[in-house]
Amino acid sequence: MVTVSMTVNGKQVSGEVEPRTLLVEFLRYNLGLTGTHVGCDTSQCGCCVVHVDGDSVKSCTMLAVQADGSSVTTIEGLAQGGKLHPVQEAFRENHGLQCGFCTPGMIMSAADLLQKNPSPTEHEVREWLEGNLCRCTGYHNIVKSILAAAATMQGAARAAE
Amino acid sequence: MVEKGIGVRVVRKEDQRFVTGKGRYTDDINQPGQAYAYFVRSPHAHARIVSIDKASAESMPGVLAVLTGEDCAADGLGNNVCGWLVKSKDGSPMKMGPHPLLAQGKVRYVGDPVAVIVADTYQQAKDAGEALEVEYDVLEPVVSLADAHDAGVLVHDEVPNNLVYDWELGDKAAVDAAFAKAAHVSRIDLVNNRLVPNAMEPRAAVGHYDPGSDSFTCYVTSQNPHVHRLVMSAFIGIAPEHKLRVVAPDVGGGFGSKIFIYSEECVVTWASKKIGGRPVKWTAERGEAFISDAHGRDHITHAELALDAEGNCLALRVNTKANLGAYMSTFSSSIPTYLYATLLAGQYKTPAIYADVQAYYTNTVPVDAYRGAGRPEASFLLEVLMDQAAREIGMDPAEFRRKNFIPKDAFPYQTPVALVYDVGNYEATLDEALRLADYKNFPARRAESERRGKLRGIGISCYIEACGIAPSSVVGSLGAGVGLWESAKVRFTHTGKVQVFTGTHTHGQGHETTFAQVVADKLGVPYEDVEVIHGDTDKTPVGMGTYGSRSLAVGGEALVKACNKIVEKGKKIAAHMLEAAEADIEFKNGQFSVAGTDKSVSMAQVAFTAYVPHNYPQGLEPGLEESAFFDPPNFTYPAGTYVCEVEVDPATGVVQIVRFVAVDDFGNVVNPMIVEGQVHGGLAQGIGQALLEGAVYDEGGQLLTGSYMDYGMPRADMLPDFEVVTVSGTACTANSLGVKGCGEAGAIGSPPAVINAITDAIGVRVEMPATPEKVWRAIQSTRLARAAE
Repeated sequence: MVTVSMTVNGKQVSGEVEPRTLLVEFLRYNLGLTGTHVGCDTSQCGCCVVHVDGDSVKSCTMLAVQADGSSVTTIEGLAQGGKLHPVQEAFRENHGLQCGFCTPGMIMSAADLLQKNPSPTEHEVREWLEGNLCRCTGYHNIVKSILAAAATMQGAARAAE
Repeated sequence: MVEKGIGVRVVRKEDQRFVTGKGRYTDDINQPGQAYAYFVRSPHAHARIVSIDKASAESMPGVLAVLTGEDCAADGLGNNVCGWLVKSKDGSPMKMGPHPLLAQGKVRYVGDPVAVIVADTYQQAKDAGEALEVEYDVLEPVVSLADAHDAGVLVHDEVPNNLVYDWELGDKAAVDAAFAKAAHVSRIDLVNNRLVPNAMEPRAAVGHYDPGSDSFTCYVTSQNPHVHRLVMSAFIGIAPEHKLRVVAPDVGGGFGSKIFIYSEECVVTWASKKIGGRPVKWTAERGEAFISDAHGRDHITHAELALDAEGNCLALRVNTKANLGAYMSTFSSSIPTYLYATLLAGQYKTPAIYADVQAYYTNTVPVDAYRGAGRPEASFLLEVLMDQAAREIGMDPAEFRRKNFIPKDAFPYQTPVALVYDVGNYEATLDEALRLADYKNFPARRAESERRGKLRGIGISCYIEACGIAPSSVVGSLGAGVGLWESAKVRFTHTGKVQVFTGTHTHGQGHETTFAQVVADKLGVPYEDVEVIHGDTDKTPVGMGTYGSRSLAVGGEALVKACNKIVEKGKKIAAHMLEAAEADIEFKNGQFSVAGTDKSVSMAQVAFTAYVPHNYPQGLEPGLEESAFFDPPNFTYPAGTYVCEVEVDPATGVVQIVRFVAVDDFGNVVNPMIVEGQVHGGLAQGIGQALLEGAVYDEGGQLLTGSYMDYGMPRADMLPDFEVVTVSGTACTANSLGVKGCGEAGAIGSPPAVINAITDAIGVRVEMPATPEKVWRAIQSTRLARAAE
């Protein structure tokens, strides 16, 4: 067993894990943060996307020990001060989810897209989502949600200027 | 008026928890002392189990139990069952082999569970599973459906030729007579490709035995927890029904695959008692899901359509072979029969139809319902054949369909394949779809594509489906082992809030929202004051669950009936409060009023009075809570027209969907936003079937497409922005809401539209999935053929 320490959703955490423990397993089982899901075993589905040091990462593709010392944000940590992140709000407003299982990964992935590319085209959104599978929505309202979130965030940024 | 009642695009109640990671799925449930199960599965498609030596696994660290089929038998556990008895043409019942929870004597597909290891951690269980010594005597498998009859290999010794049943529907003599006088006959051979459902949440179960109460709880990824409880109790024999609680919490998609009662949930529940009452959890890995979740479709069909000289359909003759896999899954027998051949009339007035279906065992994963279940197979066959016939006689495919439509004044319409369509207006959806797709200007777009070296095609599909299978008396006469009613309970609290309990289950469909809209509308209470509770056999009334697009049409109507009872009782209470005759009380928008006066009391006041009955009608029971059951008189029949436009790159065979228009008639609509979302998802699955999904086995019975690396799933960058329109529909007459099912339409109507578009583009039909390789080869073959001419 090895000890890992990291910041998760702004809190310092540590735990004892087997070296083979994946980051997603550490989040789900050691920390009880079950919002991050596991939908496959080949890093194809993206249900487990979290942010590690600001970038979206499939947490099934990273060992917990590799995240030692990092700052991790999961879906539980995205809303700030009780206010939903604009991407979360847009998914709710635009019916961007049905069963909700892929949703945390989709939202975390989309939030990273919009911090890297604040006003993506529909085509760019669809290409970015290539690593996230959804079986319910046909992606239609997910794409719509992300474009709506981009517009909201752009509007908020302009208002702040 | 209720602000968020029927017909309003209300944002979903359930989404707050899902977008914040607070959903509670089965694998999120962890209990003190929880142990973990790993299933050891057969690596062979067909083999005799010579011996299982438990010792090496039992001695591994953390192992609590190693259990096999022999242990199940020793404990008197029953076999898994198929709930629909189909009879062959000669009247004999279908032939079935036993389906034990864990293999006994033989394994019959790669993935067949052989043993379960229960250990302190999942990794320990898995490591011990690797150590379990199972000796197999490997047998020749029968993998191919086409060869199943004459393979000389039997999946089950008691089922000759692997033939489960040879079933028929329709008037064969009338069809033969019609063909004899036909001016033209179109013939087709096609395959409906085998699919893996792939709900994003893998199946999971947590079983827990409580020695104190001698009762069991099973958390499971189920679309129908009450059906799970029934089968686990009455057939498997884990516990009497009143000693077994089944909870289906948030479920991450089902699409049919979570209807069925699988071995794993039964085994972990039983195993919890075997280890003294510690909870036992199992969660499928995705690779495991591929070889243990029931697959869908898998038909081989030959069909013939007879036309007269004017292009009227005279008769349809269909022969289908259906693959049922290695065991009969829960509803498998009904899919290629009563949910398939009954839909072969489509939207057309073809007077004579005959279908016969041979269903076979093979050494593959069991096959059962997957989104649409039988109806996509019927729709695909019919709509591809209609297109081919139109081309052969030189008619426009849209006009050929229009000519053969059941006219809108012909309803109710008795088809030659058992169903009675209650309402419909097929020209309306066709016209709207053609208009939206700009059908008449397609030639100009094709010419523009040609200038860029691309092949453009347009394809139409006019689907119909049957949802909310009913009534129970009819399905019972056809072999169903259960009734197909639904139940509901509506409860007011002291403070005027409403709890709604339903026997249906939502796993993406948004019942927590739409059912609240219905109840708010019917009772005139704020939508925010209504909470929908489902998925727990201890909390909700009995129910049959969610599948076949039945929830609103059947479960929603049960809710309406319960609401009506609430209003009736409320009138008695209000009459007393208002010192008026009950007959003079009117109920509207949440207010009980005395007709012709301004005297009224609100629903909340009535509810409070019902629970604080200090001044109350004599003889009336206190409380305001009502239950209702609904057994519909008929199916609902959603229908519509889908138009797909594709552009094919002849250099690569890549098909790009440039436009997809879906126009549906779902009758009345409760929440258009949710209905459109259901169509979007169905379209993606149907387009997935048409373009890239397909379960492929090698000759030895190994599933070659056993992961997301190998099984093509539709991704965001291969789908277009859909144009989905719900027309002002023909209200269904089988329920007072006038609603029809909407969950499967997209998956039913889209594959033929896509394939017809590709055929239109390249001049030859390819089998699904129309992968770039297949399309490219088809283009080359037509070019070679042209060059040779």
